[in-house]
Amino acid sequence: MKFVDEYRDGGAAHGLAEAIDREATRPWVIMEVCGGQTHSIVRHGIDEMLPLGVELVHGPGCPVCVTPLEMIDKAHAIAGQRGVVFCSFGDMLRVPGSHGDLLGRKAEGCDVRVVYSPLDAVDIAAKNPDRRVVFFAIGFETTAPANAMALRVARQRGLRNFSALVSHVLVPPAIEAILNGEGNRVQAFLGPGHVCAIMGTGEYEPIARRHRVPIVVTGFEPIDILQGVLLAVRQLERGDATVHVQYGRAVRAPGNLPAQRVISEVFEVCDRAWRGVGVIPASGLRLRDEYREHDAAEIFDVASLTVHEPEACISGEILMGKKRPRDCSAFGGACTPVSPLGATMVSSEGACAAYFAYGRHLPATDRRRLPIADGRSP
Amino acid sequence: MSADTVFGACPVPARGYDRVVMGHGSGGRLSADLLQQVFLPAFEGQVLAALEDQATVELSGTRMALTTDSFVVRPIFFPGGDIGTLAVNGTVNDLAVGGAVPRFLSAAFILEEGLPLEDLERVARSMRRACDAAGVVLVTGDTKVVDRGKADQLFITTTGVGAYPPFRPPVSIAAARAGDRVLVSGTLGDHGVAILSVREGLEFETTLESDTAPLTGLVQALLEAASGVRAMRDPTRGGLSSSLHELAAASHVGVHLEEASIPVRREVRAACEILGLDPLYVANEGKLMAVLAPEQAEAGLAALRRHPLGTNAAIVGTVVAEHPGVVTMRSVVGGERVVPMLAGEQLPRIC
Repeated sequence: MKFVDEYRDGGAAHGLAEAIDREATRPWVIMEVCGGQTHSIVRHGIDEMLPLGVELVHGPGCPVCVTPLEMIDKAHAIAGQRGVVFCSFGDMLRVPGSHGDLLGRKAEGCDVRVVYSPLDAVDIAAKNPDRRVVFFAIGFETTAPANAMALRVARQRGLRNFSALVSHVLVPPAIEAILNGEGNRVQAFLGPGHVCAIMGTGEYEPIARRHRVPIVVTGFEPIDILQGVLLAVRQLERGDATVHVQYGRAVRAPGNLPAQRVISEVFEVCDRAWRGVGVIPASGLRLRDEYREHDAAEIFDVASLTVHEPEACISGEILMGKKRPRDCSAFGGACTPVSPLGATMVSSEGACAAYFAYGRHLPATDRRRLPIADGRSP
Repeated sequence: MSADTVFGACPVPARGYDRVVMGHGSGGRLSADLLQQVFLPAFEGQVLAALEDQATVELSGTRMALTTDSFVVRPIFFPGGDIGTLAVNGTVNDLAVGGAVPRFLSAAFILEEGLPLEDLERVARSMRRACDAAGVVLVTGDTKVVDRGKADQLFITTTGVGAYPPFRPPVSIAAARAGDRVLVSGTLGDHGVAILSVREGLEFETTLESDTAPLTGLVQALLEAASGVRAMRDPTRGGLSSSLHELAAASHVGVHLEEASIPVRREVRAACEILGLDPLYVANEGKLMAVLAPEQAEAGLAALRRHPLGTNAAIVGTVVAEHPGVVTMRSVVGGERVVPMLAGEQLPRIC
């Protein structure tokens, strides 16, 4: 299959892993930002191919994982109201809120539907004028253009029964928050390939400069990730700190300008709470005033919800790269993909779900990566 | 993961569902929970507890195979077949993979008020064709009608009875041993992706058809050619992964797969890439998974490939003594990973 097979070539992957092994003279901690990259790393066992000492830590880039509990509870409350058709991407249905998940709502008889495109939710609204159709608009800059387009189309078509529960988040402020965080270990980033395909690379240049940290905008196939790691290691070894695009087949420096236009036409930047992390300033998108009549959070009376996060869940520290899933007392016991306590266990892109899948037959102590001795990895 | 594998104390109780959710029908872990928590305690008995695809029972000194299956596929007509062909082949295959030769079927129809009779006739005709092709006779049946909206067009339950050949091989999902090889009879995921391609809201163009087919001939050809067949399954809902997990659990062994040797059609791979699905979990309706003693694997592979339903057959993995109950895989790029048991429904990823 074109654009897949050439990026999953075993020989090329082996060669890149050897090159990383050759060039890394010290231990390095590299964070992959995207959940899609985390998924690919565990699905293909890429971290197992890296030399000991080159450590990948998993970043906050799983949109399902970082959606705050309060939003999940709002979704749960709205989905339970009479006459509502609640539409969502599939992953969100299993995220546990304070009072259960959306799949449970569906089992109770509520009309909860999985859509593959937000425009499908708009069509449902057009076909069901007597129902209130709510779309759960979550995700990073990648899903924002399509979600914005759905809102623009609904407004153009005068579909007053269509609204969106918006909980969009932005990558650059999250990277800044990680770098500014106490006890940060991350020395380089594999940047978010698809986010940059939309937004371009301009927002990342000042971060790389200010924090002296290499950012390699990386794709999602095994060869992409291994190349991204190699390029990051090279910069680290040389003491460079620039933005480099590995994912050139999708990313242009200016990004996708029409997509950026529709985002800023419909959304504006706001402070946003990240699940388990807390509020990060200017890290989210909300609807502009012109779109207020399509804002589900305003239409439905859900402002006064109180939320309860399971105390055992450390997904915040995991999302920030400070802890690993096995550092959690609930991991693999009370918290599994079947009955997740936190969002990092729900989505296949969540670090806990990925770890559960990949490491459950290994000793509970985790694989400890050793420092590289006498300038060479063992 | 079993409940006893707890990494440290945890103050939070595990959450379960107190109602049936769609994941209970996925063929994965929630389905297994339903069996363990509801049905097995209610109906004790060794035959049921063996969890084979077919029950082996003795009546007046004759051993026979018995199985039953319900079909609720949506839409009821799809590329390569319809709910009727599935209802016949699904039950036929559950008998065939136990080494039995399917003989008789019953069929119960639950009809939704308003279903066009033309559709019902079309389904009945294709069931007849499927029976003829599989060498079985439909000998009894039942119909019920429910109010509009209380069922989705048409549900069919079929029950099948099969006879064992005089020297029935002792195949069992619990009989795999370390060193055995795992074979599949052809490309994985064709049925599931063919259904998805015509599902409302998800239509995409493909020439792909469901692989629905009766496996009796293929199974008998394999049994004649190779004496070392230990276990067979037709990996339907939940895909090859679910069948391998059942094998690993029942036989107390691990399974190690080679991703590069698993046959998957280009169209299926492409659709799975786009939809965020894994072909290992996507349903098949005319494929055989067989576990053979190592020295018989090549003979078995050759026998499968000689049969029209087995031209793309391949050896895809090995049974291992390490990590019992766990399925692992060497990825195409050479990394190792666990192939987890499906937790709930396979939900599409969003990016």
